Amino acid sequence: MYAYDEIDRTLVNERVLEFRDQVRRRLSGELTEDEFKMLRLQNGVYLQLHAYMFRVAIPYGTLASRQLRRLAHVARTYDRGYGHFTTRQNIQFNWIKLAELPDALADLAEVGIHAMQTSGNNTRNVTSDQWAGVAPAEVEDPRIWAEILRQYTTLHPEFSFLPRKFKFAITASSHDRTAIRIHDIGLRLLRNQQGETGFEVLVGGGLGRTPFIGKTIKPFVHGRDLLSYVEAIMRVYNQYGRRDNIYKARIKILVHELGIEKFAAEVEEEWLQMREGALKLDDEVVEDIRARFSYPNYEELPEMPDELRDAAQDASFEAWRRNSVFPHKVRGYAIVTLSLKPAGGPPGDATAEQMDALADIADKYSFGEIRVGHEQNLALPHVARRDLPALWKALDRIGLATPNVNLISDIIACPGLDYCSLANARSIPIAQELTRRFANHDTANLIGRLHINISGCINACGHHHVGHIGILGVEKNGEEFYQITIGGRADENAELGTLIGPAVKFEEVADVVEDVVEAYLALRARPDELFIDTVKRLGVEPFKERVYATR
Amino acid sequence: MTSPLEQKKIKIAGPSIVTANRTWDGAVIYRTAQQGWSNQLTDAAIVRTSDDARALLAESVADDLGAVGAYIAPVEITEAGGIEPGNLREQIRRSGVTIGLPVQV
Repeated sequence: MYAYDEIDRTLVNERVLEFRDQVRRRLSGELTEDEFKMLRLQNGVYLQLHAYMFRVAIPYGTLASRQLRRLAHVARTYDRGYGHFTTRQNIQFNWIKLAELPDALADLAEVGIHAMQTSGNNTRNVTSDQWAGVAPAEVEDPRIWAEILRQYTTLHPEFSFLPRKFKFAITASSHDRTAIRIHDIGLRLLRNQQGETGFEVLVGGGLGRTPFIGKTIKPFVHGRDLLSYVEAIMRVYNQYGRRDNIYKARIKILVHELGIEKFAAEVEEEWLQMREGALKLDDEVVEDIRARFSYPNYEELPEMPDELRDAAQDASFEAWRRNSVFPHKVRGYAIVTLSLKPAGGPPGDATAEQMDALADIADKYSFGEIRVGHEQNLALPHVARRDLPALWKALDRIGLATPNVNLISDIIACPGLDYCSLANARSIPIAQELTRRFANHDTANLIGRLHINISGCINACGHHHVGHIGILGVEKNGEEFYQITIGGRADENAELGTLIGPAVKFEEVADVVEDVVEAYLALRARPDELFIDTVKRLGVEPFKERVYATR
Repeated sequence: MTSPLEQKKIKIAGPSIVTANRTWDGAVIYRTAQQGWSNQLTDAAIVRTSDDARALLAESVADDLGAVGAYIAPVEITEAGGIEPGNLREQIRRSGVTIGLPVQV
């Protein structure tokens, strides 16, 4: 966990007072909506179909149990008793009242949570690997650098009015759980031949109307140069990024139009003027931030304790363990992913009761720490393997032991037309139907790893472009239709999916997905060839033929 | 959502109303013929010409303190004279989400 210092606490508390005054002036008529809109957006407050929506940041996906309890309190006191975890390590409350928002923000500030830069044309919540600090073979904890970026970007005056929103993601593992290649700037921590820490820097990734996979702009930037290099990129973007057309304002468009070589040359020129300046990070600063992260006092424990050996006789426990429990860097411990995708449930939602109970469970089994992943699931990062059977029972009692992590019913979905003012079509009911169709655990296991992503409009909050199966809702003559893509992926080999045919009606989506899956089962070379590998090997044509032959 | 400014150019194709969200809590509201707001679609003022629609919208937008994001939305008039939303978005705004909420209110 990262411990806030006095500067952090003062910043967060002052922000609450500032926003309280802004809301007061809005409700008294001193501020018009036009004047107020940007101010509320800078505090994560959107206006959706039914109510205001309040988006709260969970920087690099790390939560303390007391913070999760406070999120539960906000859900219960100011909202309708639940929250929605998003694809960018935020949580959203869908029914909040503007008049009560300052109180909610003040309650969150007491535990170091805020909503700064969860909206607006600025640098957004810096995201990272939900397994940061505990993943085996990780270069080092990427949250140290994510925290440096958070401090540097928070309320940065030069980057508070960018042409468009700007998103960072950072990973330190060879397997990318952070989707860095679909971010404006993606950072991959690595070490050079001298053993020095640095970053491969990617730029210009993003989804939405014009999707691009990020390109490597520099294969190695030394850690001490991280801020100056990032600032050079953002200066070039701030100068040349288009402000005349919202659809062409993201950095991905600039990188595409200039070409990565020309863009890189512009950045290099800017960087050379400033790399030896005030932004150069000295070791002391990095170590100071590193020191503010605390880690558990792990015990020396066996990798295969008796409790785990005994529980292995229980088929239900084993089904959960195989899909939810992952290796930890410390012997005798495990990382446990908690699915927020129960059959028939809205992906990513958790009730206040679940959050409270999970906070207690985290205190008992995970040193009081919870993580949030971009797949809209949670994780407990420090679980002793001997405690896994007891943990499983405790999670099962609160509905958080669905054994479907990384399987077909572990669906990423945006809120869609049920909540969102931008959406053209519903996402959640599609996800619910699919999770019911594939609720049988044996069937899901037979299919193996398969990611479905659903977006209710082209803005792609459900990351449909990079779903193994992507589903995009569109509107045609007042009716909901859905385009289906296959072959996308968001990991270190990120690719955009390919459309397999004409859009289908709401009622037909689950049938089409079933047909795609049946085609895969018939086409795969062997039982352990994953869906995404079969598509890579054969292309989309065999799927298209089988799925659309009778339509 | 089409902004009120852009809607000035729009001609309505059938019976329409003006809807918005209430400023203090964001709740869905409808402009009434009495120059106020109601949370019931059945209370909404119906307009049938583009000129009337633009006038109702202008009057609604002018109430910046009471409502946010006013816009024109289509409705259908039933044989019995009732008002129904003219599209799925408005149906969801009137009746709520089409899914069961995690916590029943």
